[in-house]
Amino acid sequence: MATEPTLAPAVMEPVVISAAGLSYRHLNEQVRSAIRSGATEITLNDVMGHRYIGTGIHAPGVTIHVNGVPGEDLGAFLDGPHIIVHNNAQDGVGNTMNEGRIEIHGQAGDVVGYGMRGGRILIRGDVGYRVGIHMKGYRDKQPLIVTGGCAGNFYGEYMAGGCQVLLGIGQSDKKPVVGQYCASGMHGGVMYIRGELDGWKLGKEVQQIPLDRHDREFLKPVLEDFCETFAVKEKLLEFDRFVRIAPVSARPYGRLYVY
Amino acid sequence: MEYYEEPNARVALGLRRPEPGDWYHGYPEYHVERDDDKCIRCLVCVRQCPYDCTFYDPYRHGVYNVHENCVNCRRCEFMCPTSAIRMTKWGAGFRDNDNWKQKTIRTVYKQADSGAVSLTGLGNDREYVSYFDRMVIDASQVTNPSIDPLREPMELRAYIGKKPERHTNPPEVYPNLKAELPVIFAPMSFGAISFNFQRGLAMAAKEAGTYFNTGEGGLHPDLRQYGDHAIVQIASGRFGVSLDYLSNAAACEIKIGQGAKPGIGGHLPGEKVTWDVSRTRMIPEGSDALSPAPQHDIYSIEDLRLLIYGLKEATEYTRPVSVKIAAVHNVAAIASGIVRAGADIVVVDGFRGGTGAAPAVIRDHVGIPVEVALAQVDQRLREEGIRHQASLIAAGGIRSSADVIKGLALGADAFYIGTAAMVAVGCTACQQCHRGRCSWGITTNRPDLAPRLQPEVAAERLTNLLHGWAHEIKEMLGMMGLNSIESLRGNRLKLRGVGMTQVELDTLGIQQAGL
Ligand code: SF4
Ligand code: SF4
Ligand code: SF4
Repeated sequence: MATEPTLAPAVMEPVVISAAGLSYRHLNEQVRSAIRSGATEITLNDVMGHRYIGTGIHAPGVTIHVNGVPGEDLGAFLDGPHIIVHNNAQDGVGNTMNEGRIEIHGQAGDVVGYGMRGGRILIRGDVGYRVGIHMKGYRDKQPLIVTGGCAGNFYGEYMAGGCQVLLGIGQSDKKPVVGQYCASGMHGGVMYIRGELDGWKLGKEVQQIPLDRHDREFLKPVLEDFCETFAVKEKLLEFDRFVRIAPVSARPYGRLYVY
Repeated sequence: MEYYEEPNARVALGLRRPEPGDWYHGYPEYHVERDDDKCIRCLVCVRQCPYDCTFYDPYRHGVYNVHENCVNCRRCEFMCPTSAIRMTKWGAGFRDNDNWKQKTIRTVYKQADSGAVSLTGLGNDREYVSYFDRMVIDASQVTNPSIDPLREPMELRAYIGKKPERHTNPPEVYPNLKAELPVIFAPMSFGAISFNFQRGLAMAAKEAGTYFNTGEGGLHPDLRQYGDHAIVQIASGRFGVSLDYLSNAAACEIKIGQGAKPGIGGHLPGEKVTWDVSRTRMIPEGSDALSPAPQHDIYSIEDLRLLIYGLKEATEYTRPVSVKIAAVHNVAAIASGIVRAGADIVVVDGFRGGTGAAPAVIRDHVGIPVEVALAQVDQRLREEGIRHQASLIAAGGIRSSADVIKGLALGADAFYIGTAAMVAVGCTACQQCHRGRCSWGITTNRPDLAPRLQPEVAAERLTNLLHGWAHEIKEMLGMMGLNSIESLRGNRLKLRGVGMTQVELDTLGIQQAGL
């Protein structure tokens, strides 16, 4: 059941919860009850692989700090809150997320933002396989994932909407900015990738396009947000190093079938 | 878009020959016979045919057909006010050949014409053995008196979900679905079916105290009010899945597979993604809605557990979570893994299940009958002592209350009916669902066709069907001397097999008739 948002009292002390010795279910119950009693700042200490932190919470205006490494499905079905992880995260961050913001001050695992349809995920470091797959955008709800480092295979697979930005900080000959089958099956949305991109890695449903004025206008605040959030000093605004990847058609498999 | 195409010039001119290279349409399958004496030229049939098959020629002042386009949906026949139309098979067909039947030849033509995958709708239409039809039911005589359901109470209610292992005080209670009869409407997504039909299903589910299933297409805002009777699906495309979608529903269902097309995903073509479908699925209008078979965050039973508990967390453990799989080889081991992963309900969908669209080759050749799958899954879960941890829903090929009774005896807790529900509202099983122009307004959202089915009419007919089945189920329980479906569940002694081999009987766990 969705947690009903309650009007927060004017001043509410930040709530600090220690996750040590708690199961994920009990930890999440405590988070929910803190939100119900009006907390808007919650800090979770001693997190050690606790799953589902922030999962299924409908509470705009709440900030959850996570100290330690959270477990899988951090912020799944998230609807509003702002989650800050001061460490690495595991798989399934922001699974089917609807609204809110997740910041990971480290790396994240596989399938970040699966089927995400709104909100923003910022990741300081690298991400694993299948990041931002099945992302959807509808009208004013356009999800965004910004990855500071490099990404694994199947980046943006089946992407149907929204936007992904891949900055490739720390890429090298041994560490390509993105793995194979990037954007395969993509049929909506857009991605911006900074750095050297081998064309053969791209799915055949997409094309590479140089940035235009509209892209630059869109990217500028996004990059500023990233630099500010993670105190990144590297100059990211050299737009000639970015390439835009967009689908050729919204109907990739239109001619495959006969009636 | 198909709908906005100019009327086919060939049809308008009444020329019979299809375009060059179109051998598939070179040989008509059906003949629309029209009795010219009876025909009053009202042109109802012309307006009713969605398959470019019927036209009026003002010069001859007559109504004619392009027979090779006819799919035998029988809409014109049904609507003609003077019964002037009669559908027949076209001529002798090809030379008699049991190996190269008309259908086989025509499919080769179709693919040689187009080079594409031959798509079809509805369910497997091949002559596989039906185990339902080879099982007979027991009845009480003398020593074990039967019960008269008209005068004695009969319990048809099914609680669907996890049960406690043993009785405790206070009892452990888990979230369960409560269906007034063990029949639930199968997952059919808005987009694949019309809004009116889905609304009819929702209304009937509410009226009869059972459930409908949204399929993987989201829940339309106007159907939100039926949330208490909705099972909502989460599939690989995550269409329309939001926190509200999950928490407003009676249960959440993870769709892994579908009996009509195990191992392949859903693909709603862009032309079916209309404005209304687009806002329900939360994707742009006209874009393909791809729901590939693998959920790429599920590669193992552990990953499945992660999603099951993710849904439980999101709904604060107040809803049962179901996992639906297609019946395939080794289904018992798979189901056992699913139960151990924490599912409260396992749905096993047999190879006769319907579909809005599937490659014909997969619909017709992949998967196993639900009867054997069900028997094996029930057996396996009992042997492992985990049968109480989950309820079992059988789907795919349930046509009547007799199938329900037989399935109960094989161990199912409840059943999904999809094709039977469509037939109840007019479907003639013409297998054209994938073309999006169902002449009965069931599997189409074309603005001229969808209104042919009115939600109130659909709801009434569906409720009637459920009432009819409920009465029959009561009669059959009474005749066996039982007064609740609980007493029949997994009671295989009430079944006997006719015309089966010993291996088949053993697989179903039943005895030969006469023993
Ligand atoms: S509906 Fe019947 S009567 Fe009317 S035009 Fe067609 S065949 Fe003639
Ligand atoms: S309405 Fe159906 S049965 Fe009648 S001509 Fe058209 S396709 Fe054939
Ligand atoms: S739903 Fe419509 S198109 Fe599909 S089989 Fe039934 S009548 Fe034909």
